[in-house]
Amino acid sequence: MTPAIDIQELTVSYDGADVLHRVSGAFPGGALCAVIGPNGSGKTTLLKTIAGLLMPKSGRIRLLGTATQRIAYMPQHAGFDRTFPIVVRDVVAMGLWPRGGRVRRLTGAQRDEIEAAIAAVGLTNVADLPIGALSGGQIRRVLFARAMLQDAAALLLDEPFANVDSDTTAFLVEIMRRWQQEGRIVVTVLHDFELAHKHFGWTMLLAHESVGCGPTASVLTSENLGRARDLCDRCAADRNFWAAA
Amino acid sequence: MIYDLLVAPFAEFTFMKRALAACIALALGGAPIGVLLVLRRMSLMGDALAHSVLPGAALGFVVGGLSLPALALGGVVAGLVVALLAGMASRATGLMEDASLAGFFLIALAAGVLIVSLAGNSVDLTHVLFGNVLAVDAMSLTLVVGIAGLTLAVLALSWRPLIAESFDPEFMAQVGGGGRWHMLFLVLVVLNLVAGFQALGTLMALGLMVLPAVAARLWARSVWQMVVAAVAIALATGYGGLLISWHAGVPSGPAIVLTAGVAYGCSLFIGSQGGVLRRRQQVPHRHG
Repeated sequence: MTPAIDIQELTVSYDGADVLHRVSGAFPGGALCAVIGPNGSGKTTLLKTIAGLLMPKSGRIRLLGTATQRIAYMPQHAGFDRTFPIVVRDVVAMGLWPRGGRVRRLTGAQRDEIEAAIAAVGLTNVADLPIGALSGGQIRRVLFARAMLQDAAALLLDEPFANVDSDTTAFLVEIMRRWQQEGRIVVTVLHDFELAHKHFGWTMLLAHESVGCGPTASVLTSENLGRARDLCDRCAADRNFWAAA
Repeated sequence: MIYDLLVAPFAEFTFMKRALAACIALALGGAPIGVLLVLRRMSLMGDALAHSVLPGAALGFVVGGLSLPALALGGVVAGLVVALLAGMASRATGLMEDASLAGFFLIALAAGVLIVSLAGNSVDLTHVLFGNVLAVDAMSLTLVVGIAGLTLAVLALSWRPLIAESFDPEFMAQVGGGGRWHMLFLVLVVLNLVAGFQALGTLMALGLMVLPAVAARLWARSVWQMVVAAVAIALATGYGGLLISWHAGVPSGPAIVLTAGVAYGCSLFIGSQGGVLRRRQQVPHRHG
């Protein structure tokens, strides 16, 4: 069975107001999946709920056909302090966390794994630098290396390409492809229609509700975008999104 | 001459020996905790917690007089209760955690001062508020050394998760178990505050924990270096402060904390990582 995240009738609310209303859909492991929608449409809420950081009011999320239930979540803005005196290698090593490595010394095999993850994102030459010495794009690579070590069944990425140059974007997409080929589910919140069409075979269009969920070309239609606009009053302010649409 | 100045006070007087031993223990256990407080941006919260210890210590005082075990037990309980209540109140109401803690610690501080004033006299109040490291007896010393030993043992076992949780709490919450480490850390903070309480009083218990750590931040490139530097600074200022207190005839608590303050002041200027004078020579290396 192909791995998949299956979502049924998911409702999530903040302070009584539904941010997600009866969202249903699936994210299959067979393609890179995108979640697209204007600002305020509930994209981040959806990812956080799948990651287990938010409790749904109702509905169900299931991880099907995977060997582990581990989920890696990468927030849009890394929740850490860039002046913290910690080197790149130690940040990446945190990815081993869900699989142990809390108290005991790291084993030789774990060290090799850490170095391999650092090499895979091209940061070997800065592995010993403090995190504060890196650029935004390099920090993003650090987060990718850390996520890699989590060895998760599903990886949820919130706007990983924001403030990242096009070379790095292409490089990160390659890594995501590799994850997907390894049988992992990769779900990415995106703002960019061009990227979605080019690299993401599967898309959920979100506007509080799921307007469409399926192969990208069949979801990002002008009809669906029109419906999204009607569904989400608050989202109308996101002019860039509608201009690109 | 140098012997008279630097060694004789400790060689000749038992209470000075005990005071020095207490300072060494406080430096070894408290400075690493201070480093974590600074890295978690909780330095001021630590101060609030230090004041929260007071009502418990005051009740201990009412029951047991100026005996450290009674003061310590009361202090630990009060500190943890305030930390827990503040956390629960902020989660239940959405009030900011620091605001909630400020509310609770002020109540605790006032209640503590009231209890000591009603039950004792102004000398007792002074003792509880400002401590007196020169009055550390054998039992108090055992307690302080015991807390330092326990702290180091727990830190050795939980160092990596504590650092990881300080650095990226959101990540730790997602992979599971962020909150547990935070609670463990709070317990260690309160224990060390109680240890520092006898020597430095509730008002300055944090002095030997946080000032060396803040100073160390200006010298260290890694957390590990920061711990080593903080312990070294704490040891030096504990020793130096006692000497100054002895030779100048001033109270030991302020002497120690002010000596640590001088170390911090110097680090602000000459610290190799971000000191004002060094910073001018460097090309900024942070970008984008």
